[in-house]
Amino acid sequence: MDELVTMTYSEAVREALAIAMERDERVFIMGEDVGTYGGAFGVTGDLIHRLGEDRVRDTTISELGIVGLGVGAAMTGMRPIVEIQFSDFTAQAMDQIANQAAKIHFMLGGAVNVPLVIRAPGGSGTGAAAQHSQSLEAWFAHIPGLKVVMPATADDAKGLLLSAIDDPNPVIVIEHKLLYKTSGEVRPGDTRVPIGVAEVRRTGGDLTIVATGVEVSRSLEAAEILAAEGIEATVVDPRTLKPLDTETIIAEVIKTGRVLLVQEAVKTLGFMSEVAAVLSETEAFVHLRAPIKRLAGLDIPIPYAPQLERAAVPQVDDIVAAARTLVQEW
Amino acid sequence: MTTPIVQDRDRARESLRTMWRIRRFEEAVEDLYGRGLMHGTMHLSIGQEAVPTAACQALNRDDYITSTHRGHGHCIAKGADLERMMAELLAKETGYCRGRGGSMHIADTETGNLGANGIVAGGVPIAAGAALSAKLRGTGQVALAFHGDGAMGEGAWHEGVVLAAMWQLPVVFLCENNLYGMSMSSERAFNLPQLSDRAKGYGIPGVTVDGNDLQAVYDVTAEAVERARNGGGPTFIEAKTYRWRGHSKSDKNLYRTREEIDEWRLKDPIVRFELETVEAGTLSEADLEAVRDEVRTELRGAVQRANAAPDARPDDLLASVYAEVGA
Ligand SMILES: Cc1ncc(C[n+]2csc(CCOP(=O)(O)OP(=O)(O)O)c2C)c(N)n1
Ligand SMILES: [Mg+2]
Repeated sequence: MDELVTMTYSEAVREALAIAMERDERVFIMGEDVGTYGGAFGVTGDLIHRLGEDRVRDTTISELGIVGLGVGAAMTGMRPIVEIQFSDFTAQAMDQIANQAAKIHFMLGGAVNVPLVIRAPGGSGTGAAAQHSQSLEAWFAHIPGLKVVMPATADDAKGLLLSAIDDPNPVIVIEHKLLYKTSGEVRPGDTRVPIGVAEVRRTGGDLTIVATGVEVSRSLEAAEILAAEGIEATVVDPRTLKPLDTETIIAEVIKTGRVLLVQEAVKTLGFMSEVAAVLSETEAFVHLRAPIKRLAGLDIPIPYAPQLERAAVPQVDDIVAAARTLVQEW
Repeated sequence: MTTPIVQDRDRARESLRTMWRIRRFEEAVEDLYGRGLMHGTMHLSIGQEAVPTAACQALNRDDYITSTHRGHGHCIAKGADLERMMAELLAKETGYCRGRGGSMHIADTETGNLGANGIVAGGVPIAAGAALSAKLRGTGQVALAFHGDGAMGEGAWHEGVVLAAMWQLPVVFLCENNLYGMSMSSERAFNLPQLSDRAKGYGIPGVTVDGNDLQAVYDVTAEAVERARNGGGPTFIEAKTYRWRGHSKSDKNLYRTREEIDEWRLKDPIVRFELETVEAGTLSEADLEAVRDEVRTELRGAVQRANAAPDARPDDLLASVYAEVGA
């Protein structure tokens, strides 16, 4: 087996983009400042110099247009990847995402596919405040016809993106701004992570933590602190929100009988509300010895001040405290 | 200079046949709906038939179009099958969308029709994307976006045109200005003597044409398509026409006068073209009659067969949402 390579999450995304474009002429990327500038978060980097400006296309500041052109290109034989500079700006593009891309295959009776990838950085923690920090994954998971992935590691960032590019359906890839600079071990070459398969990142018998995005690493860190206190946690990362690997989640919850659901997004009608519902209407329910516990962002816009921003979404300490209470009280 | 359509027997006949197919199809739809035999909603383009008929003649079969909620004419002019269209509207399994789309979502990949659209201006950036795709693949195909005057108030229109202009994409934006977006008159809405004045602001050529003049629409579209195919980028066309019927089924026509409607009925594009062909000595009264008969027979057959087809089935609805991976 080839040796693992250590690289950052954003390098892993870039590697996937390069691999896909070198392998398949139909693949190209477009978005605001993805060319010479290298992307607002530096993700596309030097790709324009390696692949040329036809394949790495700078656009005007036109999110609805960018996604719309992506839909048209995807319907006619190309494999476009569009970058939305901040996931918040998918609001501008929502018609093309929700009413066009998501529905065309179904609405047209299966006659056409829309193999479009939309990459969008989400999440808080950068001091960019309310319009540049949201976690909007539930918006997309709520629209039949879209697939939604949320890579939490560098290897998943690469592998899920490669799978997304090959998928005949529109796939929203929600990357996390705070993860871009984190490093991880990545399998070399054209290695995929299948869409729709969760990953058990740690096992322990006392409780099961299900976490997404940046909360995965926070949950793993919390699990180490808990372990020092004698509480062992399993940590499940769904990786794909739609279609959801309910089987793995249910199985891991049954093993411990306690579940803590952690998301950065606001609590009300968030993704973990769906996970809670799945657990309560399946056999997992009868194995629970504690009520299902959700730990989520406060129901507020993300504030600017660093101490307020931290308080708005679950941090490692919050996860430790919630897990401890769950295990000690039940 | 090619022979004018009106002097070319085959093309004149074909143009008339297309216009009659659109008119009779929509009259049949109106009738079925009125008798409670068709459900849903629909938007009729009766009175506007010359625009798609002429524009699609300027396109090749493998060129792309995107269409609108008022899309039957575009679909038929690009070459769709009337029976499959009718079957779709009658909620049959044999319809273009297997009963999942209805009037507002008929597409026909075989004739390059990427689909009608329930969202005003939704097809504009999609057409630009198809043009980008054609350019990247080097196929020489052109895309044409049909849209209404009302669509020009949408951000999607603006963004699609901006990107197409920046990249000089092979696309034509064809506005069927039927003077109203639902009840809002385009004159009142846009504060422009003609909508093509807007093209200059996007750095692309723009032209306004009488949309009930088949030859005129053909000429400007052919020029725009040629420019697009030769790397000259997008063109905006405003074709002025009029919808005779209400916006959709619930329209009480409170925003326009009976006189205005009657005035435009006198400018019937089909009657106009029939007269022109007879005057030019290209077609005889008997020829005209033959075209009408032919279309009547075709349509009757299409309705009968569509009616007899099996109803759309709900059993694989859940499996219809996503395309199969690896298929
Ligand atoms: C985004 C959006 N807004 C509003 C509507 C409702 N609507 C459907 S058609 C229409 C009028 C469109 O006018 P125009 O573009 O001129 O086309 P026409 O109906 O005249 O063919 C309206 C308001 C819609 N379908 N989509
Ligand atoms: Mg109109």
